[in-house]
Amino acid sequence: MQDLFWIFISALLINNFVLSYFLGLCPFLGVSGSLDTSFRLGMATTFVMLVTALCSWFLNTYILIYAPYLRLISFIVVIASTVQFIEMLVRKLSPALFRALGIFLPLITTNCAILGLAIFATNRSYGLVEGLVFALGSGLGFTLAMVLLAGLREESELSDIPALIEGTAMNLIIAGILSMAFMGFSGLFSAA
Amino acid sequence: MATKTSQEYEELIKGIWRENPVFVQVLGMCPMLAVTNSAINALAMGMATFFVLVGSSILVSSFKSLIPKQVRISCFIIIIATFVTVADYTLLALVPTVHKALGAFIPLIVVNCMILGRQEAFASKNTVRLAALDAVGMAGGFVVALFTLGAVREVLGSGSLFGISLFGDSYSPWVIMILPPGGFLTLGLLLLLFNWISLKREQFLDAVTAAERSGI
Repeated sequence: MQDLFWIFISALLINNFVLSYFLGLCPFLGVSGSLDTSFRLGMATTFVMLVTALCSWFLNTYILIYAPYLRLISFIVVIASTVQFIEMLVRKLSPALFRALGIFLPLITTNCAILGLAIFATNRSYGLVEGLVFALGSGLGFTLAMVLLAGLREESELSDIPALIEGTAMNLIIAGILSMAFMGFSGLFSAA
Repeated sequence: MATKTSQEYEELIKGIWRENPVFVQVLGMCPMLAVTNSAINALAMGMATFFVLVGSSILVSSFKSLIPKQVRISCFIIIIATFVTVADYTLLALVPTVHKALGAFIPLIVVNCMILGRQEAFASKNTVRLAALDAVGMAGGFVVALFTLGAVREVLGSGSLFGISLFGDSYSPWVIMILPPGGFLTLGLLLLLFNWISLKREQFLDAVTAAERSGI
């Protein structure tokens, strides 16, 4: 139980996917314009991450022990088709949720945080429950980072910024400072 | 004939500066920041990406008439994943230490949006020759950006380049630069520099045209 809590906190804060592994930077920099959308995208990503953890555990346990060199290809194909399937399912079962997630659901397939999650979970040989907890922690960590950056960006739009630094350059510098703040969490646990 | 050669040259050269995938299009950021804590890692990552991009561009452009439009993205991804698997195992066999340092980021080349972007925007619409030239240019621009970032971070963060100490023992390394925040900050500042140079260049060109016009 303690191990699970540890995995969760570590994925959420200490080894935050965005701010210390640099995964999922495209949506992090691209879609973090407003608080509302970034929160919704974060939630959708968390959901896909949980499903991916389930799929990758299944693949690893039953199929890939026979053909390890197919790992990458099978992961990406399975993730893409699962996302497609979930999209169809959500559209049929709950149109309201589908509208809320919008274009973000299909776009999540190409988010490197998803494939990264599957690869990290495999490399650390997590079991099913550990993998799911890891996915939940990473997803919420991604959401946290997105919401923080979106908040700062909304704030910065009201202030007077030189035209030269506006846009990606400034977002990156803000992200750098955020990442520095998150480094403070690394003392939370003694063992790595 | 002359125009054809100049177009080919144009496709080759545009990736290096004018449409640089990192500095201008801001694509492929994830591997960009994660592996650039030393120049040698950055170079290895750049080489792997170069191989994958050029290989998959050539393959995609040769098979473009065979790939159905509806499933083209999946086809591109599978082609890219194949090349990445080859690159992964090659690096593991040739330079195991570098492969270990890069870790999960070699497999993650698959979802580098720059590679998929080139297949979708260029390779699937052009001839093999043009696609190869475009891929070489874009990948070249990516390697240049990756290496610049890696070299800056290694020099500041550990006071060395390719593991060779530059400043002697009295230099106290700026450790934050090789840690994650340093990646964001360095890339942010490099983008700023790039914007500034582009702006100055434009102003200079404008001034030249204005001077020419008033002179004539």
